[in-house]
Amino acid sequence: MSQPRPASRSKEEALFEYLLRLGDDRLILGHRLSEWCGHGPMLEEDIALANVALDLIGQATHFLRVAGQVEGKGRDEDALAYFRDAIDYRNLNLVELPNGDYGRTIVRQFLFDAWSVLLLGRLQGAAHPELAGIAAKAYKEARYHVRHSGEWVIRLGDGTEESHRRTQAALDELWPYTGELFETDEVDRVLAGAISPDPAALEPSWREIVSDVVRRATLTLPAEGHMHTGGRRGRHTEHLGHLLSEMQILARSHPGAAW
Amino acid sequence: MVSRAGAGADPVLEVLRGIPDPEVPALDIVELGIVRGVELRPDGLVTVEVTPTYSGCPAMGMIEQEIVAALRTNGYDRVELRTVYSPAWTTDWLSDAAKAKLKAYGIAPPGHTVTEQPLVPLQSMIRRVACPHCGSSNTEHRSEFGSTACKAIHYCADCRQPFEEFKAI
Repeated sequence: MSQPRPASRSKEEALFEYLLRLGDDRLILGHRLSEWCGHGPMLEEDIALANVALDLIGQATHFLRVAGQVEGKGRDEDALAYFRDAIDYRNLNLVELPNGDYGRTIVRQFLFDAWSVLLLGRLQGAAHPELAGIAAKAYKEARYHVRHSGEWVIRLGDGTEESHRRTQAALDELWPYTGELFETDEVDRVLAGAISPDPAALEPSWREIVSDVVRRATLTLPAEGHMHTGGRRGRHTEHLGHLLSEMQILARSHPGAAW
Repeated sequence: MVSRAGAGADPVLEVLRGIPDPEVPALDIVELGIVRGVELRPDGLVTVEVTPTYSGCPAMGMIEQEIVAALRTNGYDRVELRTVYSPAWTTDWLSDAAKAKLKAYGIAPPGHTVTEQPLVPLQSMIRRVACPHCGSSNTEHRSEFGSTACKAIHYCADCRQPFEEFKAI
């Protein structure tokens, strides 16, 4: 367990945390997608997922670089990516979950993309020029991503009996991980207005996008129930540690290696 | 949008115009819009501002190395590279001449960016792009993602060739 945090944070500390969240979500999801490289169900989709992974890891690189600068302790994006343990990662639990079948990967991606495109759209106006610039670029990419994942949810949901069944199962399984998208904590409150859009305020638009696609996919929106939480505070599922061990082993075995 | 060159920096810009993009060598890095600003200080320090096309473009590192190498070869030993994010790169910066070069190279040039369209239209897949080889519009959009981050894949039903499109972003 990490030490209890002080009751209030400075703006710099909050900004560092916030940039880690933005970076870690994209780094972990990008890494998950990269696991499909060479295993996609068809060539075009193999290439598409590798492209989306590349965009996400690129976005993470930029967010983590700025995070390191804000922290001011000499950590660059690689130090933050390769030399933090699971408890110091700030990503949503949703993005660290295993890929499962293609339907599950696509549903996870769509639930994230529909949220990410809304968040990045707002962050373009953040009162931090570098963060706003990175968000503006990432927003354009996110529009491509949500179009891709959303259209696949429709195809798979409104496809065969088997694809419908699997996509619905994925939606039911992943739904309890979506509550975390809209949680507000002290980091958001410290940065409210100037930088962080109110997370809860994104929920109605997200629900609109998701419900529309779910309806067109002939799927059923899961009933409300228990929501998992904890990613933003470093409480992760067991899956993150396994992912990190693979992602970090090279950098940790050969510190400072360049290739 | 043309890159901004500070006073006396035009010769530097000329050197940069000699560097082809590693993934789309039909265009140089200035006409592609990657070079955003060039400054030459009286003490000889050259500052080059670059912006990535896509957040994860793997060619950026190589482009930065080539900028430094090309400037050194031309006698500019002190080079400082700066990455800028704003305004975000867009294919709308490509001139008509650059688009013609893309087409001659076999890549369908980008259309204008459309900002207001539904997030998940589905109908976007019916988008038809003229084949850069035979000019036919009897083409089919195969995938929004191609061999590099900046390209989509189409198929021409007339000349029966797949082809790439530099996608509007």
